[in-house]
Amino acid sequence: MSDVPQTIADASDRSNSLFDMAVRHRAILASVFLLMFPLIMPFKALAANILIYGLYALGFNLLFGFLGLLSFGHAALFGTGAYFCGIAIVHFGLPWYVAILIGTLGGAGMAAIIGVLAVRTRGIYFAMVTMALAQCVYYLFYQAEGWTGGENGLRGINVRVIDIFGLKFDFLDPLTRYYVIAAFVILALFVLSRILASPFGAVIEAVRENEARARASGYNVMLTRLLTFILSGAFCGLAGALAALHLSIVPIEMLHYETSGMVVMMALLGGMGTFFGPFVGAAVFMLLENLVSLWTVHWQLIVGAVFVACVLFFPAGIWGTILRRIHK
Amino acid sequence: MNSQSDADNGVILRTHDVSKTFGKFRALKNISASFPRGAITSIIGPNGAGKSTYFNLLSGAFPPSSGRVEFEGRDVTNVPQHKFAHMGVAKSFQITNVFPLLSTRENVRVALQALVSCYDIWRPRAKLPGLAEKADALLMQVGIWHCRDRVAKTLAHGEQRALEIGMALASDPRLLLLDEPTAGMSPEETRVMMDLIVKLARERTVILVEHKMKLVMGISDRVLVLHHGELLVDGTPSEVRQDQQVKRVYLGQREH
Repeated sequence: MSDVPQTIADASDRSNSLFDMAVRHRAILASVFLLMFPLIMPFKALAANILIYGLYALGFNLLFGFLGLLSFGHAALFGTGAYFCGIAIVHFGLPWYVAILIGTLGGAGMAAIIGVLAVRTRGIYFAMVTMALAQCVYYLFYQAEGWTGGENGLRGINVRVIDIFGLKFDFLDPLTRYYVIAAFVILALFVLSRILASPFGAVIEAVRENEARARASGYNVMLTRLLTFILSGAFCGLAGALAALHLSIVPIEMLHYETSGMVVMMALLGGMGTFFGPFVGAAVFMLLENLVSLWTVHWQLIVGAVFVACVLFFPAGIWGTILRRIHK
Repeated sequence: MNSQSDADNGVILRTHDVSKTFGKFRALKNISASFPRGAITSIIGPNGAGKSTYFNLLSGAFPPSSGRVEFEGRDVTNVPQHKFAHMGVAKSFQITNVFPLLSTRENVRVALQALVSCYDIWRPRAKLPGLAEKADALLMQVGIWHCRDRVAKTLAHGEQRALEIGMALASDPRLLLLDEPTAGMSPEETRVMMDLIVKLARERTVILVEHKMKLVMGISDRVLVLHHGELLVDGTPSEVRQDQQVKRVYLGQREH
């Protein structure tokens, strides 16, 4: 009797070996795609935006899709990354790469602060606590006008030339700018892939699957949640830092709760808990926003309708649904 | 009784006067008991007797409202749940509790990993030595090795319960706590599970909570009977069987 499922399992293993190989090299495949991406995009600046928001959604998805915690306050992590990067350049005159590092650490640090307070709660309470704390962060940056420019946003983040090991790149050229940003996003993809394949990645999965069982097996669930939140914050902080460089300004709207809501939509559209889904979600969202707004000012209506259709008919998200089709 | 003598006189677990209240409801009232090392002790009682509450205190799921729990002479009353596996205490749940979307082998592998690596975010998990082999050995021990590549939620009920025991054994516990291990099982599955428990008890202490009195009488060295949150009788199976109070408590209830 035990032979029957065995043979089925073996057969499906064979037919899916290509799929498994793709999964194993997911970071490389995703990177190759991102390198080709601007060639098929109408506007290079939009392509860079998709990269940045894809990375932001990827960081969010680590917490939401892989650990199973829905945060409504990720704008705080994204925005802190952007402001820290901008402040490092505007007020301290630090080089761009140091500023990116500061932005990344800023996102992680903010996640640590919010996380310590929020990880004790779960479900809707977690969403509410993260949202409330993110509003505090919004207010804080809004009030610290001398540092952040307050309502007007932080201006003057002018990075014209990117120099790496003596090589100089013109950061004002849209395609060059895209590839500089892509380099960081690809780095983040490899780090994420590594985290997911690590022992801690297994703990994240275990906690998502069954908290009580994970605890009984000897895992500290609270600490796992906090560490994942901090890692998520680092990715989102990096995305924010790249956004600051890309836009040359940090608008206060980056900290707004709409930015928190948007990333939830992107992750759901793409497919929560998938490796590449966040980028698909970000791309679909931003393409819709850009293309539909050329045609009508009521673009949000169309995007909203697409979102509702997706949630109703493709609960696994666009990328998640594609993966399932291939896997079957 | 002090800690040193517990280690000597073969007591592995002890509760001192533990009570548990939920709001105004007193689920457990001043229970003092000791559990001998190397034995199978069963905790029985009718529905609502406080068995599960007592089990949860023993396994650290929540602390008692008052009183003390000692494991191997050490006060573990307020030790958080996740530390129990590292101390040598493992448990299985009353309601089947596996990682449903992971493969059977990965379920056990994750449980094994808890004692080796929790927070390493960089090394590939496949490179942790020996875990897959140990997982296979445990799956063989609990008799579900043939299911190793299947997703856990597709396993039959009895197989999932066996998987849970396999995961509990991952920490190589000195004390194994089982909460109604045969709940919802067919007679055949129940027989297999009871055989497995007897086999496991040769190498470790087992404490199990059971609703069906008849089931545990044959395999237990000691039986505790709870009733309305109080310890009614504490003795050998034959003592318990002849006890008038126990007869009265179980009278009118259908024997399973």
